[in-house]
Amino acid sequence: MSLEIRTLSEIMNPPQTADSPLSTQEYFVNMGPQHPATHGVLRLVLKMDGETIREVIPVLGYIHRSIEKMAEYLHGRQIVHLTDRMDYLSALANNWAVSRAVETAMGVQTNPRIETIRTLICELQRVQSHQLWWGVLGLDLGALTSFFYGFRDREEITDILEETTGARLTMNYIQPGGLMFDLHPNFVPRVKAFIKYFRPKLDEYETLLSENVILQERLRNVGVLSAEDAIGYGATGPVLRASGIPLDLRKQQPYGVYDQVEFSVPVGTVGDCWDRYWIRIEEMRQSLGIIEQLIDNIPDGKFMEMKPAAKLKLPAGSFYLQIETARGSLGVFLQGTGEDIPHRCHFRSPNFNNLWSVTKTAVGGKIADLVAIVSTLDLVIPDVDR
Amino acid sequence: MQIWSPLYRPSIWSFRTSIGNREVGMDMWQVTTLAARIQESLLNQDFVRAGIFLGGGLAATVAAVSLLGLVLVYAERKVAAHFQCRLGPMRVGWHGVLQPIADGIKLFLKEDIIPTEADRLLFVLAPFFCILGMFLAILVLPVSPEIQIIDLDMGVIFLAAVSGFGVFGVLLGGWSSNNKWSMLGAMRAAAQIVSYEVSLTLALLVVVMFSGSLKMSEIIQSQAAGWWIWRAHGVGLVAFLVYVIASVAELNRAPFDLSEGESELTGGFHTEYSGLRFGLFFLAEFINMVLASAFAATFFLGGWMPFHLGDWQAFNAVMDRIPPLLWFVGKTSFMVFLFMWFRWTFPRLRVDQLMALEWKFLLPVSLVNLLVGAAVVLSGFYFFS
Repeated sequence: MSLEIRTLSEIMNPPQTADSPLSTQEYFVNMGPQHPATHGVLRLVLKMDGETIREVIPVLGYIHRSIEKMAEYLHGRQIVHLTDRMDYLSALANNWAVSRAVETAMGVQTNPRIETIRTLICELQRVQSHQLWWGVLGLDLGALTSFFYGFRDREEITDILEETTGARLTMNYIQPGGLMFDLHPNFVPRVKAFIKYFRPKLDEYETLLSENVILQERLRNVGVLSAEDAIGYGATGPVLRASGIPLDLRKQQPYGVYDQVEFSVPVGTVGDCWDRYWIRIEEMRQSLGIIEQLIDNIPDGKFMEMKPAAKLKLPAGSFYLQIETARGSLGVFLQGTGEDIPHRCHFRSPNFNNLWSVTKTAVGGKIADLVAIVSTLDLVIPDVDR
Repeated sequence: MQIWSPLYRPSIWSFRTSIGNREVGMDMWQVTTLAARIQESLLNQDFVRAGIFLGGGLAATVAAVSLLGLVLVYAERKVAAHFQCRLGPMRVGWHGVLQPIADGIKLFLKEDIIPTEADRLLFVLAPFFCILGMFLAILVLPVSPEIQIIDLDMGVIFLAAVSGFGVFGVLLGGWSSNNKWSMLGAMRAAAQIVSYEVSLTLALLVVVMFSGSLKMSEIIQSQAAGWWIWRAHGVGLVAFLVYVIASVAELNRAPFDLSEGESELTGGFHTEYSGLRFGLFFLAEFINMVLASAFAATFFLGGWMPFHLGDWQAFNAVMDRIPPLLWFVGKTSFMVFLFMWFRWTFPRLRVDQLMALEWKFLLPVSLVNLLVGAAVVLSGFYFFS
């Protein structure tokens, strides 16, 4: 990837003549921080020529809560409770990332039951996250009905997870050394019932939205992100896999019990919005398969391998570890000094890197294309800013 | 067999609604319009009666429009809710029937905001342009043989002329708001309405050719033996489909709601409007939807004409039992439901796809359809002719 360096003033300076035989003028328009299509407080400054986008400048920082700085004053078990506010649609995966980083740093071993339950609920949450994305994608493209279908089915998982974790959105369940409490007795039967319920619903999603000709027109060959660019921008997750690179940490660097279950990683060919759409739909199927394989085989054992009151002393040194959330790979960097609080804590969030691909893919398209691209990137803005 | 064309019209169709000289065919309906009633009263020097008709007609129209607005808000919310696996308004009144009134009160009480930098005069005028276009189209709407305001000789041309009137309101509203999103929405709306007007008029021309008249009542009467949607070997059906697509685009409703597109333009041309002014835009949109449905029923589904099949006397006699007003309401409601169905199931098109659909697909189709229709008319090749 060739590196092109431009200053902000060069981007913001409109050329004298726009690309049109008419005497038109390029103009700037703010998309966000309050805009229905930016899913939060993302601000995109658009340089427009009529309806065509010439430049996209993401402006971040509207929901910065200095989570990384706060983490420098908290010990490992407390950092977990900040992470559910980062990517609130995969709160459990965020918990797991921090817990694994702390466990790896301290050399704590967990038992198979803990790992199985972690894998199970993270896959449940992946399905939940993709359900929300699917509903909101329809909303962004003007089909309001899909939003309610997505949320109706998402509610089922939310109820199941609420029973076990006690929260519906900002869930904290995984902590260094194990889980905060054991599974709810209803968990296994309800998850089984959910799988039975949701498989036909997933086919319904396909007939409702995927097979719609307008949707295909809106998504196909829109926002094409080449494999080279995807790597260049550091995109991960479905965005990277849509561009044809089969990087899935669940396969490449198996953690939890992903090495014991059978699943395949859907990979796109074009890298357009349609590929990103299709990959997430397929990932829901694969996740359901993983849950089906695990739900009957939860081993017995303790749900916590450490004393709850034990101080977590991070050994001196730098530790980096990443896991695959619903949106891509979430990296956790911890620098320990032998005390119980880290000297530095950094999160490599998938959304931050995925977001910047919009500066390349949306250029030359229409506003409606930008909405489709932002929607298929599946951005969670609190995770971009942290 | 008599050749069916505007030049050789069988005498059965040639009747006039003007006073005193009414030739009514054997199975013809007697059409009386409000204008004709007033004219008759004036000729009889009965000014009180004329005044009553004038005032009553005006009041009834305004009342009907307001009531229809309320009913439609409720209907749309309920239809949308049931498409989306929810119940919709349930709290205010039985099954939420009073919800539109609560909505209306809310709109009344809201602060009326005019942006500082807005062009005040145009900003205030814009919603009224939308309302004006709507009321002008109501003029020629045939609700039943007894209920029609005026039966113009060039009713279809009048309709085509005023149906584009709402674009002034949208364009001025978007421009005067002094907001880039509003401006984008207004430009989209203008391009869209002007483009789709072409196909819409071509689809109506097909029916005008079939019925050999521009007059609403005569177009309806010409469907006494069967509706134009199926009587002309598919030509009517194609014209109907073109009409439906084009009128959805004219109405700025999904899947063609690009000028509002809340997820793209944060509300489009009415982003800056609030309170009652926003309500007026809303009312105009809803009533325009009814009007588009009513005219679709008039042109393609026989309007207030009962469902007849050629000369099956017994069948037709049963159908005649149902009053024309009910036929009209039924057909219009079906079309309104169709429009709502579209809105709550389709994603939105992109702006260039919208233009491509009109200029590269609908326009050629409707032009060819017009030529085929002309051939059908000249050869008199109908069902039940």
